Amino acid sequence: MHLGNYLGLLENSEKQLCDAFEHVSKKHRDEPDIEQMCAKLSAWSREHRGKVMPFVEKYSKDKSKEPKDLRRDLFSEKRSGSLALLRDLHDLWLLTQEVHLCWTVIQQAALGLRDEDLKATYTFCYARTKRQAEWLLGRIKQAAPQTLLVAA
Amino acid sequence: MTETRDSIKDIWGPRTGYTGQWPVRVDEQTTETPDHWVQSACVLCSNGCGIDIGVKDGRIVGVRGRAVDRTNYGRLGPKGLNGWVANQSPDRLTKPQIRRNGKLEDATWDEAMELIVSKSKQIIKEHTSGAIGFYTSGQMFLEEYYALAIIGKAGLGTPHMDGNTRLCTATAAAALKVSFGTDGQPGSYTDLDTTEAVLLVGHNMASQQTVLWARILDRLAGPNPPKLVVIDPRLTFTAEKATVHLAPRVGTNIPVMNGLLRLLIEAGHIDPAYIAAHTVGFEELKKIVDKWTPERVERLTGVPADKLREAANILGTCKTLVSTALQGVYQSMQATAAAVQINNLHLLRGLIGKPGAGIYQMNGQPTSQNTRECGADGDLPAFRNWGNPDHIQQLADLWNVHPDQIPHWSPPTHAMQIWRYCETGSIKMLWISGTNPLVSLPDLDRVRKTIEKEDLFVIAQDAFPTETTKYADVVLPAAIWGEKTGCFTNVDRTVHISHKAIDPPGEARSDFDIFVDYSRRMDFRGQDGSPLLTSTWQTTEDAFEAWKKCTKGRPCDYTGMSYAKLSEGSGIQWPCNEAHPDGTEHLYTDGVFNTQIDNCEAYGHDLETGAPHTHDDYKLIDPKGKAFLKGVDYEVPHEVPDEAYPLWLTTGRLVYHFHTRTKTGRSKALNDAAPDSYVQLATEDAARYGIVDGDMVEVTSRRGRVLEPARVGDIEPGLVFIPFHYGYWDKPGRPRAANELTITEWDPVSKQPHYKYAAVRIRKVLA
Repeated sequence: MHLGNYLGLLENSEKQLCDAFEHVSKKHRDEPDIEQMCAKLSAWSREHRGKVMPFVEKYSKDKSKEPKDLRRDLFSEKRSGSLALLRDLHDLWLLTQEVHLCWTVIQQAALGLRDEDLKATYTFCYARTKRQAEWLLGRIKQAAPQTLLVAA
Repeated sequence: MTETRDSIKDIWGPRTGYTGQWPVRVDEQTTETPDHWVQSACVLCSNGCGIDIGVKDGRIVGVRGRAVDRTNYGRLGPKGLNGWVANQSPDRLTKPQIRRNGKLEDATWDEAMELIVSKSKQIIKEHTSGAIGFYTSGQMFLEEYYALAIIGKAGLGTPHMDGNTRLCTATAAAALKVSFGTDGQPGSYTDLDTTEAVLLVGHNMASQQTVLWARILDRLAGPNPPKLVVIDPRLTFTAEKATVHLAPRVGTNIPVMNGLLRLLIEAGHIDPAYIAAHTVGFEELKKIVDKWTPERVERLTGVPADKLREAANILGTCKTLVSTALQGVYQSMQATAAAVQINNLHLLRGLIGKPGAGIYQMNGQPTSQNTRECGADGDLPAFRNWGNPDHIQQLADLWNVHPDQIPHWSPPTHAMQIWRYCETGSIKMLWISGTNPLVSLPDLDRVRKTIEKEDLFVIAQDAFPTETTKYADVVLPAAIWGEKTGCFTNVDRTVHISHKAIDPPGEARSDFDIFVDYSRRMDFRGQDGSPLLTSTWQTTEDAFEAWKKCTKGRPCDYTGMSYAKLSEGSGIQWPCNEAHPDGTEHLYTDGVFNTQIDNCEAYGHDLETGAPHTHDDYKLIDPKGKAFLKGVDYEVPHEVPDEAYPLWLTTGRLVYHFHTRTKTGRSKALNDAAPDSYVQLATEDAARYGIVDGDMVEVTSRRGRVLEPARVGDIEPGLVFIPFHYGYWDKPGRPRAANELTITEWDPVSKQPHYKYAAVRIRKVLA
C-alpha cells in the first residue's frame, strides 16, 4: 500500500503552500490585499496540514522518506520589480495545483478504504484548496495586463 | 429675505406627526427676494431633496424646498439651506492653471487642454492607455459620468476608472449584486410612511440624511410610531431615539448580524414559503449563523444577550420593516458580508418588494448611484456584466467600437489599486475630477508621497483650490451645481433634474464640457470614422437621450423619462418605461430577482476571499431569478489594539459638514457651527489620561499622528472618534486630518477601504 507515501506528499505540499503564501505575504507588504489574503490563505494550509497529520501517522508504515521540494524550484530565482508579484502569484498557483492533485488522489483511496474521517477531511480541505486557487487566478488575471503591457 | 428656521440650532425642524402621505413643509432660506426660482435638487448628501434655487440679478440668493417632490415635500436640512453660498465663494477657481517651473500659473483653456492631450498621446504611444487612470466623484451629473465612461472605455480603452464612490458606496453596490444579481435599491422612501420597524446598522441617519430622519421623527410623533433598532458603537443622535440600541465593539458587525439571524430562525420568525420559492442557500446560511448564540455574541461584541434578544424580537415580529446600512458597515471589516446579512434578514422574512418593506444599502453621496449606473467607477454602464460577452457587445454597438476596445478581461480597476499603480509608476497620468483624495483617502502620508512622484502627471478638475489641486500639474476650473444642467439619482432610485440657474464664475466650465472637449481634441472615433461623442452630443440633453438608449431593457431603465418630464414636478423613480410611465416604487414585487445568468451584473464572488466567479461557475448555480442567501463566519480585524497602541480609532461625519468641507467649510453658518476637528473619548479614558474637554491631544497610529482638541463622553470606553471632514486648506499647520491615522486596506469583495478601525495611542500635550 502506498497511501502513506501519498499522504506524506500531500502533507509536504500543504506545508510548502503554507510557507509560500507566508513568504509572498511578507514579501509584498506594499500590496495590502496580497499581504492580508496570502496570510489568511497560509493559515488555511496550516490548518489543512494539521488535519492531515493524524492520517500520516495512521498510515505511516510506507511513507516515502523525502518528498520533492517543489517550492525551492519554483521560488528559486531572485525577483524584483513589477514582474515579481505576477511570477510569485503564478508559482503559488502551481503549488495549489500540486495540493489539489494530491487531494484528488487521496480521495480515491479514501473511498476505497471507506475511511470516513479521511473522506470528511478531504471534503473540507479540497474545497478550500480550490478557493485558494480561484483567488490566485482572479488576482493573476487582474495583474497580468498591467504587468505585461504597461509596467516599466 | 426669509429664514423659515435656524437650521443650525434646529436641525430637523418642528414635528408633524402623521399617517398617510408625509405632510408638506416648505423650508426656505434667502438673503434677498429672488427674481425667479430654478428647479434643482440638493447635492449635499445622498437624500436628493427637491430644491428650488432662488436667483436675483444672475446670482444665487437662496433656496427653498420643493413642496411637490416625493423625497422631501419641501423640507431641507442645514447643509441644503446654507451650503449654496459656496457657489459665490471668492476663492473659486476661475482660470485653468499649469505647473511651470514648479509653480501653478494661470493658463488658457487651449493651453491646458492641449497639454493634457499631448501628454495623453505621448503616454499612450510609450506605455499604452493602461498607463492612464481616472479618479472621479459622486458629485457630478449622470450625463458627465456617462461621457467620462465612454471616453475611458471606448475612447482610450483603459480599465483604470473609479470614483471616490469606492470609499462610500462600493459595498452598497456589491451587497445588492451578491443578493439580488444587480445593483438597485429594492425599496422606496414611502416605506418609511407606513413601516412598523426600522433597523439602522452603522448608519447615523440623523446626521447624514437629516430630512429622511425628519420623516422618521414625524412618524415617531404620530399615532403609530415605528420601533427603531440602532446598531452603532456610538451614542449618536440616531441612537438616542432607538427603541433598542446595540453598541457592538468595533469590527463585530458580523457576529451581531449572525446572532440576530440565528434568533429569528430559532424562533420561527421566518417565512418558509418565501424562502423556498424565492431564495437559494438557506441551509448553508443556517449552518453559519447557528454557532452565534446570544451568549457567544455577547462575549465577542459586548452586546448584552438580552438586548440582542429584544432586538431580534422586534425584527422578527414586525409585519413591515425598513433596514438601512451605511459606513459603519461599509467601512468596517467584512463589509460586504455584513451588508449582505441585512439583505438576508429581509429575504428570510419575505419583507421585500412590498409597501413598508424596504432595504436601503445607503449611498453617501448625492450622485454616487450614477457613478455606478453610468460606469464611471468599477462597473459597466446600466449594470452590465464585464464577464458577459453579450453585455460587452451591447456597449460596443451603442458606442460603435470593437468589443475588445472595451476593457473587460478582468474587473475594472478599483480606486485603491489605481492609486497603487500610481505609486509603483505603472499609471503615469491620473485625472482627478470632483474629489479631494489628499484628505479623503486612508493613510495620507502614503498618498502625498504618491501624488508627489515626478513621473506621475496629475490633472485636478475642481471648483475650489483644495489640498489636492495643490499637487496637480494641470488644474481645470469646474462649474458646479446651479451653474449647469444635468440629472442625478438618489438612494430610492428617484431621478431629479437640476437646471442651470446662473453662469459659472470666470472661465469655469462644466465637467461635461471639459470631457467632451477632451474627446474632441483626442479625436476619438467609432468604427465608421465618426467622432465618438461629438457627432451626436451637443448638449447634456443629447447625452441624457443617449443614456436612455443604454439603459433600455436593463433594471435601471430610464427610457420613459425626458428633461421635459423631469421638469414637471417631482423626481421620478426608475425603472421608468412604457410599462411604468410614472416610475416604479418597489423592485422585486413578484419575488423574481435579477440573478438570471444573462441578466446579472456579476457572476458572484467568494465572500471571504473576493475571488470573482466565472460564467462557467455561474452556470452550475444559476438561480434563475431566485435571490442568494449567503453568509460568512467572523474574522478578527487585521489591526487590533495592543500595548503600544491600546485604543481603537473610528472615524465618521458631522451633521454640518460634507466630505472634505470644500463647500460646507465655505458657508459661514455651517463652518461656525463646527469650525474644527476634535477627538471624542470616553469619560473613563479621559480620566485615565488626565484629559478634560478642550485639552489638546496627540493621537498616533502606526501611520501618522494628529493633534485634536478633546471632547469627552458619549462613546464606549476604549474607542476614540475623529470626524473625517477636516484637512488643511483653511487651517494649515496643525496635523488634523483623521486619515493621517487610517489603514490602507480594503474589503475583498467591494474593495472599499476600512476607515472604521485603527489602533492608536493618545497623550495630552501642552497646547
